[in-house]
Amino acid sequence: MNVTPDLDARFREAALREGLVDVRFDVLDSPIGDLFVAATERGLCRISFWPEGMEDSLALTFGPRVLRAPLDDVRRELAEYFDGERREFDLPLDLRVAPFPAEVLAELARVPYGRTDTYGALAAKVGRPKAARAVGTVMNRNPIPIVLPCHRILGANGSLTGYAGGLDVKLRLLQHEGAMLA
Amino acid sequence: MMEVMAPEIPPFERFYLEHRDEVLGYLRRLLGQRAEDAWQETFLRALRAYNRLQHARNLRSWVFTIATNVAMDELRVKPHLPADGAPAAELRRDAFRELEHLTDDLPPTERAAVVLRYGYDLPYTQIADALGSSEEAARAAASSGVRRLRRNQ
Repeated sequence: MNVTPDLDARFREAALREGLVDVRFDVLDSPIGDLFVAATERGLCRISFWPEGMEDSLALTFGPRVLRAPLDDVRRELAEYFDGERREFDLPLDLRVAPFPAEVLAELARVPYGRTDTYGALAAKVGRPKAARAVGTVMNRNPIPIVLPCHRILGANGSLTGYAGGLDVKLRLLQHEGAMLA
Repeated sequence: MMEVMAPEIPPFERFYLEHRDEVLGYLRRLLGQRAEDAWQETFLRALRAYNRLQHARNLRSWVFTIATNVAMDELRVKPHLPADGAPAAELRRDAFRELEHLTDDLPPTERAAVVLRYGYDLPYTQIADALGSSEEAARAAASSGVRRLRRNQ
């Protein structure tokens, strides 16, 4: 006895309408592959290139009531970004990180579309000029890549250095934005 | 380094995908055409309680318990447990398959007990939870249902 797509959709809508969901997620296709996206009532809280294990991770951080449901605003803004029609995101964010990462990610959010910066420069902007490596760790653990543009942060010599989605994805995002690469 | 532990309570989505079909099948057995609304109510009740769960043991019998409660509400009956005393009647799985189309004619509590025991293989301890009864009363309800099925055959 299988639940029909219609019955399934009605249940998910009712669950959201009643406010019973701690965090909802969806998997979107994009030019750089599948993207796992998740949001709470406060806003977008995750984008991941690797869906495996993400539901457990969400349950640990936000609560066990994890439900798949469409995230229309996120889908639309990402589609517009990949179509070249959007340079900044207007999505509210739900960032639950410690003070230092929060400060670094806030500074990261100011690096404009099509531009790049370095780990060291970002460290200097938060008043910790010697903390380039710690900034690298924050980039590596960025819960909302693409929207918080850690792909725009390069090594001091202009090298791509690293990216959770893979260096090829980092390069494609930068080329998509028309960033000048050394 | 932070150690990431698997949470004891699975994300609701996984619990839901694992049980949604069998719960709908169970409610169809108890309620026929009225099963879909009861099915949605079952999972909404589960979701309302889900963040207060203390452990992840027996989540399957837990959701069958909720479904049984919703079905009994829908049928406007309280679980009616037959008096014990008759010799226990049991069925083999293949015998149940031949008789299961007759379960519609059983009183709701016996129907729930028979379907949970022979359709979904729940142990009597868990059927007792679902019916809010003792294990003996759950066994007696299934047994009485089996005798009735054989009479109606």
